[in-house]
Amino acid sequence: MSYHDKYEAVIGLEVHAQLQTESKLFCGDSAAFGGSPNTHVSAITLGHPGTLPKTNKKAVELAIRIGLACNCEIERYNYFARKNYFYPDLPKGYQVSQHTAPICKGGHVAIHTAEGKRNVQLNRIHMEEDAGKSIHDIDDNNTCVDYNRAGVPLVEIVTEPDLKSADEAYQYITELRKLVRWIEVCDGNMEEGSLRCDANVSIRLKGETKLGTKVEVKNLNSIRNVKKAIEYEIERMINVVESGGVIVQQTRSFDAATDTTFAIRDKEEANDYRYFPEPDLPPFYLTDEFIEGIRQKLPALPEQLSLHYQQLGLGEYDAQQLCLEKETADYFNAVIQLTTNYKAAANWMNGPIRHYLHEHKLHIADFSLAPQRLAEMIQLVDEGKINFSAASSKLMPALLATGSAPALETATALNLLQVSDSSEITGWVDAVINKMPDKVAEYKKGKKGLIGLFVGEVKKISKGKADPKVVTGLLEEKLK
Amino acid sequence: MFTFRGIQQYFQLLASNQATCEEAVQYFLHKITDNTHLNAFLEIYAEEALERARQLDTKRKAGVPVGKLHGVVVGIKDVICYKGHKVSAASKILEGFTSIYNATAVERLLAEDAIIIGRQNCDEFAMGSSNENSAFGNVLNAKDNSRVPGGSSGGSAVSVQAGLCMVSLGSDTGGSVRQPADFCGIIGLKPTYGRVSRYGLIAYASSFDQIGIFASSVEDAATVLEVIAGQDDYDSTSSHKPVMPYLQQNTAPAKKIAYFKEALSHPGLDPEIKAQTESFLQKLTTEGYDVQPIDFEYLDYIVSTYYILTTAEASSNLSRFDGVKYGHRSAKNAPTLADFYKNNRSEGFGKEVKRRILLGTFVLSAGYFDAYFTKAQQVRKLLLDKTTAIFKDFDAIISPTVPTPAFKIGEKSNDPIEMFLADIYTVFANLVGIPAISLPLFTHSNGMNFGIQVMTSHFDEENLLHLSKDFMRLRISE
Repeated sequence: MSYHDKYEAVIGLEVHAQLQTESKLFCGDSAAFGGSPNTHVSAITLGHPGTLPKTNKKAVELAIRIGLACNCEIERYNYFARKNYFYPDLPKGYQVSQHTAPICKGGHVAIHTAEGKRNVQLNRIHMEEDAGKSIHDIDDNNTCVDYNRAGVPLVEIVTEPDLKSADEAYQYITELRKLVRWIEVCDGNMEEGSLRCDANVSIRLKGETKLGTKVEVKNLNSIRNVKKAIEYEIERMINVVESGGVIVQQTRSFDAATDTTFAIRDKEEANDYRYFPEPDLPPFYLTDEFIEGIRQKLPALPEQLSLHYQQLGLGEYDAQQLCLEKETADYFNAVIQLTTNYKAAANWMNGPIRHYLHEHKLHIADFSLAPQRLAEMIQLVDEGKINFSAASSKLMPALLATGSAPALETATALNLLQVSDSSEITGWVDAVINKMPDKVAEYKKGKKGLIGLFVGEVKKISKGKADPKVVTGLLEEKLK
Repeated sequence: MFTFRGIQQYFQLLASNQATCEEAVQYFLHKITDNTHLNAFLEIYAEEALERARQLDTKRKAGVPVGKLHGVVVGIKDVICYKGHKVSAASKILEGFTSIYNATAVERLLAEDAIIIGRQNCDEFAMGSSNENSAFGNVLNAKDNSRVPGGSSGGSAVSVQAGLCMVSLGSDTGGSVRQPADFCGIIGLKPTYGRVSRYGLIAYASSFDQIGIFASSVEDAATVLEVIAGQDDYDSTSSHKPVMPYLQQNTAPAKKIAYFKEALSHPGLDPEIKAQTESFLQKLTTEGYDVQPIDFEYLDYIVSTYYILTTAEASSNLSRFDGVKYGHRSAKNAPTLADFYKNNRSEGFGKEVKRRILLGTFVLSAGYFDAYFTKAQQVRKLLLDKTTAIFKDFDAIISPTVPTPAFKIGEKSNDPIEMFLADIYTVFANLVGIPAISLPLFTHSNGMNFGIQVMTSHFDEENLLHLSKDFMRLRISE
């Protein structure tokens, strides 16, 4: 037994998610990512003397939306506070934040681990404004600051110290990112920084109930990095303790080039942020009605939707596949308004459509086939007018190319419809029987498996148009 | 020759072609030039003001409808932003800074045809009671040049006192309009918190600051207030309450007046001021007012409460002046980021501003926050409750504006505590957010004017101004 097994890790994550609003949290400047440096900046963003904040209502709505999606309790009485510290990318010398009084309390996010499904407990979700960006590498002698991002609305989603491994953290971020995208509060783009993660990691002996000294790891800009950093940190801490050392409470940064972490400051250097209520913004009250209005507009969440699909008869795996992304589920929902063959619809989505998108490097949102056309194809297959393989390999690409023509019309034009008329099929069946006397003899002696060969042969000469069910029936009849 | 005897009379002169806006501006420019020793203005917009005056004259003569402040010549305190013009809060730290936008109050003045003639000297970042804290020198009291004009809006008060403009906009966080008005013998009005937008007013203490008006008559103050007051989308703390035509109704004021017993028995109160105030209260009784003494057991707490809360907010509000984005940047070598900030801010801020930033930083610090900031907030709440209770029974509260008359330059500059304590009567209105006015009713045996302060309940500027008009009538009839 390795010494590793003596320890367990306790992990809490703080995720900053940029809210998808048009404008900033406290002024009308664009909140869009990018843009030439310092172009989304008014006097307010730049903290010019005399400027004042005004709260963006949309940001408050989005914060509540995510709180409801995470089963949080929504605080009715809200106010902002100032977090005071000096840094060049912080225009006012303080950040306006709900750090002291979060809009969402408690709540949880479900994750799927090897041991099954469990809820990761949240401590809170609060709103705050983002800082600008210091750029150290474009000028040898100066640090440059881009204030475009300053004032962009964020929510900070804070878990309880409820995660037990790097894998769980990985699962949690994956689920959280899926969720914020699903409910359209954040684009979840970690590379552009719209989702950022800090991890609080500690270890303790198994069975111990007290938390160990924690280390905060910052700068985790991908889900992979979250996992790698935590793995490294747990290993490092165990080694420190095993070699008789003591873990120091500190803030560390992750180096993605080496998958290691390094200390950036000790606790002793921690700032006193001198929080106090932001006097420029009066407290605001949320009515039950306002919150209910937001709840009404919340889409069905992946977890609920997956259960719903399973109730419609889909397998768990298929159902979950359809719920990986909101756009996929939206498409599926549109299709099942038009057909009751849910299973077939799921097979199309998880089969040919997924392959097509993958092959063409497309997102479901860019998939141009109208749900109506897919429903028509399902119906044609169900009615035996076309077989599934012809539908997926020939008809679907044709429909994607032609755009709006109905499936039946396109299939007819392409001569893909199966022939069920027995007189024409009888001709092909007879031709095959005549062509293969030896095989026919073997079949008659009892080698019944040869029926497949005959059917295949008919398929070949009919160029796929003969309905296999009718062909099989006729063959069995004639070879009795 | 042009003379100014009130805005309404000026409008009549204009209407009857006996004066032009240009003549008015010329007149004030001459007066300013003759009084540069007072150091009331930091910058004069002479050409610009003349040009605007000429445009207004042309417009008026062409029959274009005129604005509510057509041709009114206004000075603005150097803490109010005027697009394309320098604003420095009388501090070195904003040297070279030009505002890129208009304060809402300025926007509204301009929309009603006012002419802004220049920016006025004040205590640095509006912190002070004597105008001795300006980075650009003292302002002198026009009546006695050896005395202070009061502060922090000293330049704005002296401008009206010496007739350098018709009215001034100042700012009042704890008496910075009323106290210099008292020292200079003019009207100083601080509206209800939230009545005038703070957008574009350089913040000292956000939950106390309010733009105020200096005028030579109650009517002029009311006229300006009607223009600059009202809700503003850029200031979330501005009120949606409608703006009243404050003096147009000829209604008699509501006459139940209270005064704080403790205020008049305060040991720091100048005996002459006490006597005159008491005799005025007496006179009110004979004039049909119902004047009642009431207990106000919190008087000794209000100055400390005020300084804890305002310095706390100031320490944060002034963090943006760091030399990164604008303003003073030290020429000294800065090996670290902390050195960079220290150099810029140590060189840029004056002594009083540093004192208040330090005090405010201290009261917000971990370990002291509850003992100071939280406690002071509790006192503030108590004061508000008390105020609400008082105004259930009374229409107004009267007190002296300042416990002493205008003092000599340098007399108190080494005793900040004494200077702070002199704010005892004015800070109350800012702590609870009510409107207050200083009325120049008296003259001291030392020759200086002083006044009384009248306060009414939240957003009751209407009664405040009606009372003021009546009290001024009593002075005139003396």
